[in-house]
Amino acid sequence: MDLRRSMLFIPGNNPGMLQNGGVFGADSVILDLEDAVAPMEKDAARFLIAHALQTVDYGTSEKVVRINPLDTFAAEDIKAIVPCCPDAILVPKVESAADIHQVVSMIAAVEKPGQTPVKIIALLETPCGIAEAYSIAKADKRVVALSLGAEDYTAGLGAMRTREGNEIFTARTLVINAAAAAGIQSIDTPYTDANDEKGLLADTKLAKSLGFKGKLSINPRQIDTIHNVFNPSMSDIDWAEQVIHAIRKAEAEGSGVASLNGKMVDLPIVNRAERILHLARLLGLIEEVK
Amino acid sequence: MKNAIGREIPENIPGIGKIKPFAGAFATKPDMNRQAPSVKGVRPTDNKLVDNLVEVFKKIPVTDGMTLSFHHHFRNGDGVVNMVLATAAQLGLKNLKVALSSVFPVHAPMIEHVKNGVVTALDTNYMSGPVAQAVSRGLFEKPVILRTHGGRGRAIESGQLKIDVAFIAAPAADEYGNLNGVQGPAACGSLGYAFPDAQYADHVVAVTDFLGEYPLSPISIPQTRVDYVVKVDCVGDPKGIVSGTTRITKDPVGLKIAETAAKVIQATGLLKDGFAFQTGAGGASLATASIVRKMMEKDNIVGSFALGGITGYMVDMLEKGLFKKLMDVQGFDLEAIRSIAENPNHLEVGADFYASPFNAGCAVNKLDVVILGATEMDTDFNVNVVTGSDGVIMGGSGGHADAAAGAKVTIVVANLLRGRLPIIVDKVLTATTPGETIDILVTERGVAVNPRRVDLRERLVAAGLPVKDISELKQLAEKIAGTPKNLKTGENIVAVVEYRDGTIIDVVRQVEA
Repeated sequence: MDLRRSMLFIPGNNPGMLQNGGVFGADSVILDLEDAVAPMEKDAARFLIAHALQTVDYGTSEKVVRINPLDTFAAEDIKAIVPCCPDAILVPKVESAADIHQVVSMIAAVEKPGQTPVKIIALLETPCGIAEAYSIAKADKRVVALSLGAEDYTAGLGAMRTREGNEIFTARTLVINAAAAAGIQSIDTPYTDANDEKGLLADTKLAKSLGFKGKLSINPRQIDTIHNVFNPSMSDIDWAEQVIHAIRKAEAEGSGVASLNGKMVDLPIVNRAERILHLARLLGLIEEVK
Repeated sequence: MKNAIGREIPENIPGIGKIKPFAGAFATKPDMNRQAPSVKGVRPTDNKLVDNLVEVFKKIPVTDGMTLSFHHHFRNGDGVVNMVLATAAQLGLKNLKVALSSVFPVHAPMIEHVKNGVVTALDTNYMSGPVAQAVSRGLFEKPVILRTHGGRGRAIESGQLKIDVAFIAAPAADEYGNLNGVQGPAACGSLGYAFPDAQYADHVVAVTDFLGEYPLSPISIPQTRVDYVVKVDCVGDPKGIVSGTTRITKDPVGLKIAETAAKVIQATGLLKDGFAFQTGAGGASLATASIVRKMMEKDNIVGSFALGGITGYMVDMLEKGLFKKLMDVQGFDLEAIRSIAENPNHLEVGADFYASPFNAGCAVNKLDVVILGATEMDTDFNVNVVTGSDGVIMGGSGGHADAAAGAKVTIVVANLLRGRLPIIVDKVLTATTPGETIDILVTERGVAVNPRRVDLRERLVAAGLPVKDISELKQLAEKIAGTPKNLKTGENIVAVVEYRDGTIIDVVRQVEA
């Protein structure tokens, strides 16, 4: 399981930010060729990101590059970036499985022999993209996550963005459901007011409660809050350990059914517990399953 | 000869004399008495108010070879130093020594006075701008003395820095010489750096553009130490004297460093009731303070005092009950000025009280934690805050070495990469603060603990902080930015860097003419 609690955008045309992108402890850094870069600077940003991918130490952060949409500079971006071995490409404004197929063939055409296959994270930010979420999630095995881009999406709906986010509730749940059904991750839209720490906390808690596995981030200051929300709590870990203990005990006794505090422990419960413990181990919160 | 940190220092320096080398932060003991200015009497009918500086020069009289002192509370808005030196030049005086606690870009006219022989010596704690650049290129025939804030207090108290006339730029004065820094158009807050000058100079002249009614209140420097009061049209530019507000950095790397520094402070175990703290006015220092503040609020911690240059941020912490007292040797913004004028828990302290190592105890000795900066640090933790990467003087110790020596834990915060240069080097170009007084370096890519502080290292590791060996951090920086070439300087010594106890910790050599 890849850890994507936080995915931090880094402007691709800022050498200082590219150099320092790894110091903030984000699970993924997204080196951005799209919105952060003016059309006249795309060339320079492509060069900078390509160089950064080969020279900058991003530590444990996954290296993701957000390319431009398919109808603009995506082909040039993929050609320049993929041979520099990013871990993944974030593709904006994906609207159909066909878009993913197109990106996959473009990636395959420029991947070097022996290169670790470049993953795809699909950014759904149009009503069409949301409507097609499941087919996009299932389009190719390279697709490892769906993420939501709420600003463009609400513009497409003709809705106003609000602090509470009621206008994106449907999109959020559709993205989460599609990703879960396809067995991949769902990543929530960024909270765009970098100075509103309380708002970020509430929004991230909501995202986690709905089922998102992580959140896009536009500012390094947001990372700690996001991590704190997505990290399993000690009570989560305790509960998960009890579940695993109960199921093992039942198995040892030759029973396929376990119960915990009077409630049946079935497969989805076990899966959830295992995920919590796996995450806790990845984060160093526990050493091994008791 | 080599001093205790291995810096090559001549035994005699022309213009300075025999050198006492740095022997260790607390190795040199005082062997002098406190000096006393001559006793004088003033009759009830005497008038201290003088029409202009020329008249004051004649009354004292100021003569060739004297030492004239000034404070730097007006920072880059100061008009008094230039006014006084212009008067000296107008009267044909020569060979004066300027003892100015810090030199700023606004003091550029001093260069011409040096070239014309009006000024031939400079004694200061910090300098930046054209004068510093000219000094680096050999402006003075004899080396400039760079002291610490506490060291200047000590030198004045002991008579090592003998002041003939102290010209004290006063935001407010009455006609009988009571002064304060909190009234008038040029209000600057604390006048702490002028306190030793006022106390020990043979003659004290207040220069003001705001005459208040006698007796002026509050009184920072009393009439008993002031001989003359000169009213001028304007003592300087208020815009250069204070900032409206001091702001927390928004730079993500600076914030990352601040956040780590705050966690380091927490891990030291010193962040508890009675916590005593000093931090600078820079954006990253304030960011550290803001995170420390949240920790204090969360755990209901009440600190004893905050020290040093005071900002509105520290004032707010005082007013919210997070610190019981502020000890203010220098105010940085309008809030600091408002507070010191009205809050009895906001104390105005002199440079000697703040940091002189040779009195019955200075305030830095009571610090738990100080946060400091650095332009370079070497693998022995020696810090340079005097010269830039080009060898040109761009700062000075100020209170750096004083607070580092006094605090229980001294933390240096710095970007591992400054522009394109690694901050950690094998040997700093100019040693300002000895490594034995620095405990922890916090960078965006890890934390290094001085090997002398095994106790701290253990605490930081236990807290899960990213502790690395300093040479490991150095290699990391060099991997990113390469290894900088050693700078070649000339042989001519343009400044001596005096440690707070009066010994010489390093010298600054001339860059290209």
